[in-house]
Amino acid sequence: MIVLLFLIPVSLVIALAFLASFVWAVRTGQFEDTETPALRMLPHDGVVPSADGPKTNTLSVIQKL
Amino acid sequence: MTLPVQPIASTADAPASVRCAHCGLVCPPGAPSEANHRFCCRGCQSVYALLHQEGLGEFYTLSPDAGVRPGPEDPKQFAFLDQPEIRAQYADFCDGRRLRATLRVPAIHCLACVWLLENLFRLELGFGASRVAFARRELAIEIDLDKLSFSRAATRLAELGYPPEFRLADLEESTQPARTRLHRHEWLRLGVAGFAFGNTMLFSLAQYLGMDASSTPGFRPLTGWLSLALAVPVVVYSAGDYWRASWLSIRQRRLAIEVPIAVGIVAIFLQSTWEVISGHGPGYFDSLAGLLFFLLIGRAFSRVAWDRLSFERDYKSFFPLAVTRRTESGDTTVVIGQLEVGDRVVLRPGDLVPADGRLLSATARIDYSFVTGEAEPVGQVRWDLLYAGGRQRDGIIEVAITKPVSQSYLTSLWDQAAFRKQRGERLDSLLNRYSPRFTAIILALAIGSALFWWPTDPARAVKAFVSVLIVACPCALALAAPFSLGTAQRMLARHRIFLRNPQVIEDLAGIDGVVLDKTGTLTQPHQGELVFQGDALADPERQALAAMVAHSSHPMAERVRAWLGADLREQEVHDFREVPGAGIEGTIDSLNLRLGSSTWFRDLGIALPGIESSATALLAVGGQFRGAFHWGGELRPGVEGLIRSLENRFPIWLLSGDRDREGSRWRFLFGPSTTLCFSQSPMEKHDKIRKLECDGRHILMVGDGLNDAGALRQSTVGIAVVEAIGTFSPASDVILDASSLPLLPEVLDYSKRVMRVVRICLGISTAYNLIGLTIAARGELQPVVCAILMPLSSVTVVAAGCGLATWSARKLQRNGAPVPPVP
Repeated sequence: MIVLLFLIPVSLVIALAFLASFVWAVRTGQFEDTETPALRMLPHDGVVPSADGPKTNTLSVIQKL
Repeated sequence: MTLPVQPIASTADAPASVRCAHCGLVCPPGAPSEANHRFCCRGCQSVYALLHQEGLGEFYTLSPDAGVRPGPEDPKQFAFLDQPEIRAQYADFCDGRRLRATLRVPAIHCLACVWLLENLFRLELGFGASRVAFARRELAIEIDLDKLSFSRAATRLAELGYPPEFRLADLEESTQPARTRLHRHEWLRLGVAGFAFGNTMLFSLAQYLGMDASSTPGFRPLTGWLSLALAVPVVVYSAGDYWRASWLSIRQRRLAIEVPIAVGIVAIFLQSTWEVISGHGPGYFDSLAGLLFFLLIGRAFSRVAWDRLSFERDYKSFFPLAVTRRTESGDTTVVIGQLEVGDRVVLRPGDLVPADGRLLSATARIDYSFVTGEAEPVGQVRWDLLYAGGRQRDGIIEVAITKPVSQSYLTSLWDQAAFRKQRGERLDSLLNRYSPRFTAIILALAIGSALFWWPTDPARAVKAFVSVLIVACPCALALAAPFSLGTAQRMLARHRIFLRNPQVIEDLAGIDGVVLDKTGTLTQPHQGELVFQGDALADPERQALAAMVAHSSHPMAERVRAWLGADLREQEVHDFREVPGAGIEGTIDSLNLRLGSSTWFRDLGIALPGIESSATALLAVGGQFRGAFHWGGELRPGVEGLIRSLENRFPIWLLSGDRDREGSRWRFLFGPSTTLCFSQSPMEKHDKIRKLECDGRHILMVGDGLNDAGALRQSTVGIAVVEAIGTFSPASDVILDASSLPLLPEVLDYSKRVMRVVRICLGISTAYNLIGLTIAARGELQPVVCAILMPLSSVTVVAAGCGLATWSARKLQRNGAPVPPVP
């Protein structure tokens, strides 16, 4: 069981890393707006449909996923 | 670059079912069309053309109702934004070349809006990166001022159908950053407590299983010291609010719920630290961290923020920021605060009168319904005094300002103390009544058990004393109210009833009298029906009147025709005459009819027996006065049922700013026990509520306009009724969507049931405390018992609170129409 003496500090360090990333996320405002990013990911970037070309339907993209 | 208006291919009549390719509204006949697409207006057409031209046609594929119909925009309406001091007020950052600002854009409603507004840089040179905060309906935008002025950017947004909103209140000190920082602190406190809770539990696991001391020497000191290290930030940082609150409460000489919690935290921490340092045991650090973790979750749960709603608005959020001032050198937009006495301002239909002033145009129709409760727009003629807050109805008018904005009628009303009364925290809430008793009992028990053991076993006496304080820490007690009330608050929000905070439920449960406003609350504004004052018309008279009004295209004549109904014969009208601005007359079957204004009737020498000047049109038959037409506010659907069921429970008062021309109709609607008061000024409404409250009643005030603001503040609970969530409403405790008004009796019942749930939860936590206390008082408390009992009681209380509050809402669910989740 002597290994616990080593494992416990290791686990604590890992947990501290997660705490640090949580603090970073809060401080950079990631918990300020939880709604818009969910909408923002739906349209796909880069595709610029021409005025009369075939239109990509976002709904079909969602259904494929 | 300007908006390209494409040449219109054809303007063939569109069938009624054809919808606009941009905004989806039904196209009127003669609407513009292009290729295969039809549009309801030129504005929609140019937006559609622009988006396709710039390769942003994807906009229309993102959402079925993507487009917003752009209103008629005045190109100069945002000119005030280019004044350096105004620009500095709005800009989050500006160095003269680049500007970053956060704008409120109420028209944002779907995914496509977010996409378009974040792709503005593709639309016009000068727009930089832009980001939408959907829940707040805000757009953070960067503008290159060399290429695009701030006002031009705002105008461009308006042309796309997303006009940014600027209000007088925006010029006040912004509270935005402070609110955000508080929010972040709450997250961090919760995170630290959760982190410490999880890790100390892990350390304690070995000890619970009894595998620590014997197998590995040095294990217990290691975990003990580590747990102590983790507990320090929890006590210092996560529990920070409890130290502050209990210190405040002690200074105010009362025992709020935070005091026993703080005492419990101190007891656990000192006892555990002593155990670890002296090597006597592992301490109760896991329970300590768990306690704060649950408490902070409870606090976060009860702090529901509706981003788009504000419960603290005053007239400054109602007034626009700028108006058009007319000078010899032309029209300019100026900020309201810069208006001076003698300035001439131009008001378009729908604009607010910014300050008291005199009408310079020939006539105006001003709608004061929001300020005074008077439903009917008031006809005004040149040199009449107009009051700030009125809304111009039709036509463009000019007004000469006679008082600065800060001294106008509405503003000075607001500055009276009664309208500014702040609501503090309630001191007599259920929990605050319960907690001193609880604290007293616990202290008595702790001292009692210590005294009991002292003569025989002093060590056990100390242990019993500390154990009682540890176990009795009112964690579950403190969780009962936040979770039950917070759940109830969320259930109500599903029905578009938004509470300022969860404690409002307790106030709602104690209501024993209801005061209702009429205009805008029980009636729908601007959807009035005609009311005929006078003896009912005989059939020949109806037929003749219908034939006569059919000859006129005046809106009033059309409304009268609609009021008369459909079963009418064609009849010939002789000597038809329309006098502009006065009325119409004609002879049908030898019956001479006149319909027109009171001035006209007076000029004709027709005697007017006791008719109010607010009548919209008068009717004379054969040269004799016959009756008058008024606009009557139309009742909201379900109001009659609402009144019936409220009357069965409470005494009701109706306080209306309106005159009582429809008194009999309202008397009929309400039972004989209801008190109806008409022509009430805002101050009279406030005083009436104050008087009722002084008589020991707990009044629920339901109102909508600025004229109810004082009454809403004075009442125990003030409910503001709004047409659409997010629009202006005066400061209140509850914001209620007008469509949910019939649910009001159910809501009152529901809040009573929820208070019962809170009491049940208090009972559960008391039962757990009794179990823990019997163990503790005997001085036999083990950390493992504490570690099981404390989370178990918290989880039971949370589950019972949330579950029962949800279950109690089923009746609300059944009676209310299913409403989509709230934005």
